[in-house]
Amino acid sequence: MEPVETERTESSEAPSAVPEPDVPWVTIVHNDPVNLMSYVTYVFQTYFGYSKGKATKLMEDVHYKGRAVVSSGTREEMERDVQAMHGYGLWATLSQDR
Amino acid sequence: MGRRRSRPGSFEAVKGGGASIELDAGEISILRSLVVQLLELVGPGPGAADADADPLAELFAEGPSKPPEDPALARLFPDAYEEQADASEFRRFTENDLRARKRDDALAVVRCLDRGGPVLDLTPEESRQWLGTLNDLRLTIGAYLDITEEDDHGLYHLPDDDERKPMVVAYLWLGALQESLVETLMP
Repeated sequence: MEPVETERTESSEAPSAVPEPDVPWVTIVHNDPVNLMSYVTYVFQTYFGYSKGKATKLMEDVHYKGRAVVSSGTREEMERDVQAMHGYGLWATLSQDR
Repeated sequence: MGRRRSRPGSFEAVKGGGASIELDAGEISILRSLVVQLLELVGPGPGAADADADPLAELFAEGPSKPPEDPALARLFPDAYEEQADASEFRRFTENDLRARKRDDALAVVRCLDRGGPVLDLTPEESRQWLGTLNDLRLTIGAYLDITEEDDHGLYHLPDDDERKPMVVAYLWLGALQESLVETLMP
């Protein structure tokens, strides 16, 4: 839609901090008021293959603590997980775990 | 376990996979209309529109770098990073693909609804597509109504003449549909 602005954004912003190579990345799922608790549990079981118990615990962490780390690994792996979470409609971000 | 006999309006698991639901003509018509509106909202996405003629160009077309301004689209396609530069980069290479997948799921729901009711039988793949679309619809309506955890705006106790009331009713109905569909899919 706005190719000119795209380029401007690209060149005007400072590069992000240099990542430390040995520190793993994590996928964080954030709470939101719409997603059903049963659905979030279903997503954790289906996509990550977690047990019902682990998936339920993570869902509760998201719901009651506001966010939970649901997976960790390389940056590429976490980008894949975040993209999958967005596909399911969950609000997820990735960051380096420090 | 035997198949529970028709609780109209909610999904039942079908032996061997898939799910089944009984909806009346009015419900099918409302759901179809909501899904079509979702399709119009999601659209092909910025930058992807003129790539239609050339599949190869579409393959290499870059997506947008900024989050959508529409609150519902912003919720459907959130930033993946807190740092804006990383978020923009990620969005350029993922958002169009995500839009395409959401559109495919919604189109599958429309096709299924067009098979006609009252009983709709869904394959396991269609169940997955319905689940995603019902969730996208709820996220969309939730964003427009500004649904909050504590119901800060009293949306669940609106007077009948409030213009938001039909959307709230639809939101709650979609939630019940989705809840019953998740149950049939639980591993």
